[in-house]
Amino acid sequence: MATANRVGTTTLTTPSEREAVITRVVEAPRSLVWEAWTSPEHLPHWLLGPDGWTMPVCELDLRPGGAWHFVWRRSDGTEMEMHGVYREIVPPERLVNTESWGGDWPETVNTLVLTEEDGKTTITLTVLYPSEEARDAALGTGMKDGADMSFDRLAAYLRTLA
Amino acid sequence: MTTDSLSLTFAALADPTRRAILARLAAGEASVKELAAPFTMSGPAVSKHLRVLERAGLVVRGRKAQWRPRRLEATPLKEVAEWAEDYRRFWDGSYDRLDEYLRHLQGKERPHGHGE
Repeated sequence: MATANRVGTTTLTTPSEREAVITRVVEAPRSLVWEAWTSPEHLPHWLLGPDGWTMPVCELDLRPGGAWHFVWRRSDGTEMEMHGVYREIVPPERLVNTESWGGDWPETVNTLVLTEEDGKTTITLTVLYPSEEARDAALGTGMKDGADMSFDRLAAYLRTLA
Repeated sequence: MTTDSLSLTFAALADPTRRAILARLAAGEASVKELAAPFTMSGPAVSKHLRVLERAGLVVRGRKAQWRPRRLEATPLKEVAEWAEDYRRFWDGSYDRLDEYLRHLQGKERPHGHGE
């Protein structure tokens, strides 16, 4: 899975039947990225998805077995909630936790790995689903909108899988 | 797209040989023999992979000529790419903000809403 990642580009790959891997390179030391990822002071500033959402609830108990609970809200009142439990905490390089969106969403085990090189940090988030079907179903939700993808982009996506 | 056909597509894409076959077909149609050439496996083994790809609707058999060229059918791939795109959007949006926020933290200013 040696994709050449550049700063400012988010890649998503599916290296095995049950996993989705999201990668991004940022220009900051990993100790700072770790802090931004694990502190309730920092998370609501950036973990917001697409435009239009705020994060009014960001509670976390950062220790093995500790719970976390996030709530996002959109200006029209729509809310999204996510919670889980921390399993493994190795600052500033590795964080493992469960994640559940409630309802029909499958619980996943997410592994965050931070690696630093030349002052840049590669963020690798591996999401492990209970089954291939669960992954495909979960990630397939709400895929209706981006309907005009060019073939070039498809070919590029295919190369990330190969 | 139903979860079933999405699963079929993912199952077809899960194998590196089949992804290599699709990558080759993205460059243009090819015969089974041509498709088998880069691999050490037998013709029947390649045909087996092709059947999986055909079942997933990713590869179509041409009618013209005896060599029955295979070509790529992009629609299921498009659906998979959209699937991936949507999930990536959440992280893309978040990471764009993280970039900005990290710059902020590394600068002189204190982050918004975190004043003394």
